[in-house]
Parts: sequence; structure tokens; C-alpha cells
Amino acid sequence: MNTASKALSIALLAGFFFAGPGKAESTQFGDLKVETPWARASIGTARPAAAYMTIRNGGSATDQLVGVESPVSGMAEIHKVKTKDGVVSMSPAGPLPIGPGETVALAPGGLHVMLMKLRQPLEKGARFPLTLTFERAGKVTVDVPIHGVGAIAPEK
Amino acid sequence: MIRRRFLLGVAGLAGLLAATLFAGWWQVDGPGARTPRLSIAGGPPPLAQAEMTLTDHEGRRTSPASWVGRPTLLFFGFTYCPDVCPTTLSDITGWLEALGGEARDINVAFVTVDPERDTAEAMADYVDMFHPAIVGYTGAPDEIRKTADFFGAFYKKVETESGYMMNHTATVFLFDAAGNFRSTIDYHEAREIAVPKIRKVL
Ligand SMILES: [Cu+2]
Repeated sequence: MNTASKALSIALLAGFFFAGPGKAESTQFGDLKVETPWARASIGTARPAAAYMTIRNGGSATDQLVGVESPVSGMAEIHKVKTKDGVVSMSPAGPLPIGPGETVALAPGGLHVMLMKLRQPLEKGARFPLTLTFERAGKVTVDVPIHGVGAIAPEK
Repeated sequence: MIRRRFLLGVAGLAGLLAATLFAGWWQVDGPGARTPRLSIAGGPPPLAQAEMTLTDHEGRRTSPASWVGRPTLLFFGFTYCPDVCPTTLSDITGWLEALGGEARDINVAFVTVDPERDTAEAMADYVDMFHPAIVGYTGAPDEIRKTADFFGAFYKKVETESGYMMNHTATVFLFDAAGNFRSTIDYHEAREIAVPKIRKVL
């Protein structure tokens, strides 16, 4: 790679991941609305990260979140945390139905987007794109702000 | 004939019910119990009886027995845990901030259930992101197993497509300054409940 194209790709990457503040925190997409997406910063790339959001279905038919993907992750899945007798476990949640008028929250201790095989560290203050695939509505890409490692809720 | 079939059906149902009850007992109270939270009746024994050796995130060899003398808040987890562990450590950070100076003399111990990946160095990188009072502990796999058994904490490795995860007890254990077990705080319990529970052991 020559210097010019290297510089260009760095600039593109920078634009991609450091889009800066001022972007809308909710994305309306047909009947669906994806609100306050956020992720926790990662320490390096070895450990998986988690992203959260709220999805509202304002339509009259059930839709299902069937897939998630992001350029920051080599393997992204929707996971569900279960607590039984004080023991927590986590497993793929499978397709996530959202009924008409319903809201599904992906929040700590419940559902999350698990970002495995990170291709780069998630740095606090940066953002990354996350593409959600719905059975009916199709694909939508949301811009996810990265909060601190200790964050437990989206920042207002 | 009909009567016989009916009787067989009743016997079958009764058998099924017995099997279901037995399976329920086996998993909840019996040998198959996966209810480690207070798997030890009355809670874990006094800290002074703990004989295992752990390594803290600064590389010092120590034992839970050394926590005696100050109240202790103990939690099991692992640093590759993307959801529950950062949430609990954040909750703990919030509780400590709410208690302020009152919690000045408290041990806050985060013991890994994944010693394979969580070296002292990995623990140091991780606890650095949370309240400075939190001390990370790791150790040899058999010492970690002994520690979890002593406290009645459960953990189990689960293979996944991208490596492995750990199922584990996410309950926070509270001990008073004498090292006696006092209570637990459940995973993601509200601050209004957690903080008074901690205040009771201070
Ligand atoms: Cu997960």
C-alpha cells in the first residue's frame, strides 16, 4: 500500500469511527425505531464486548430481529443472560420477535448484542456502525456511541 | 379393556409426575443441585477458616483469611464476561460511591473463576476501570476451585464457537469485620437495597 492510499484509508477509518457527537440517538426505520444504542468500551480486542439499545415496533405486524453484524466484530450475536439461583449464564437468544406496539429493550442483565472476535478495540468516545437485520423491515445500520467500561446505561 | 387402558394411562401419568418431581428435586435440592448461592446452609464459614492461597492483581500471594479485620464484599466473575461482570463491578462502584467515607475500610474482592485467562496482569487491567477499592484475585485452578467451594459459589466452563464462557454465581457475599458471613446481594439488586445491606456490616 502506498503512502497516499494509506493516508486515505486512515482518514476514511477515522471518519467512520470518530463521526463525532451531534448524531441522532434514535433511528426511525419503517415501522421500527431503534433508540439509544450504546456499547461499553473494550480493553484491547481479546475480550468480547456488548452493545445495547431499545427497539420499538410502531407497526401493526410482528417483526423479528434475526441478525446483527458490525465491521468491528468478526462474530456478532444477540445473547440472553439468564439468572437461576444466583448463577448467571449467557446463550444465543435466537430470533427476537417484536410484536406490534411492543418495545424490546437490550439492556445489561437481559439481552445484548455480543460482539466477539473484535477487529479493533472499542474506545470510549468513539462510535461504530452496527447493522441490524429484521425479517420484515430488512437491514438498518445504526451508529453506536461507545461509553466507558463501567457504563451501565446510555448516557443522556 | 377400556378400564384397563384407563388404568394404564393413570399409572403412566403418575409415573411421569413422579419422574418430573424427582428431576426437579434432583436439580434443585438433590445431588444435581445447581443452586450454589447458599449451597452451604447458613452461608459460607467464617473467613478465618479459609486456607487457600490466591494472588491479588498486584501479584501478592494472600488468603481470604487475611480479609478478617475489615468488612468484606466478595464477588466471583471473569474479565472476559461482557455483560454481567462489568455491570456488577459498576454497581459495586456505585454502592461504594454512595457510601463514601463510610466504606473507607472495606475489602472489595473480585475473584476470577477463569484463572486460565485471568492472570494477575489481566485482573489489574480490568479492575483499574472500576472503583479503586476493588481488588482482583486469581490463582492456580485448584485454589480457585477450593475458594469457590469454600464460599459455595458455582462456576462452569461452557464451550462456544468463539472460545468459551463461564457460567458463575453472580451473587455478592457480605462478611462483617470479624469475618462472619452476614448476607448476600443479588445480581443487579437496586442500590436502595444494596447500600443498606452493606451499611449493616460496616
Ligand atoms: Cu453474550
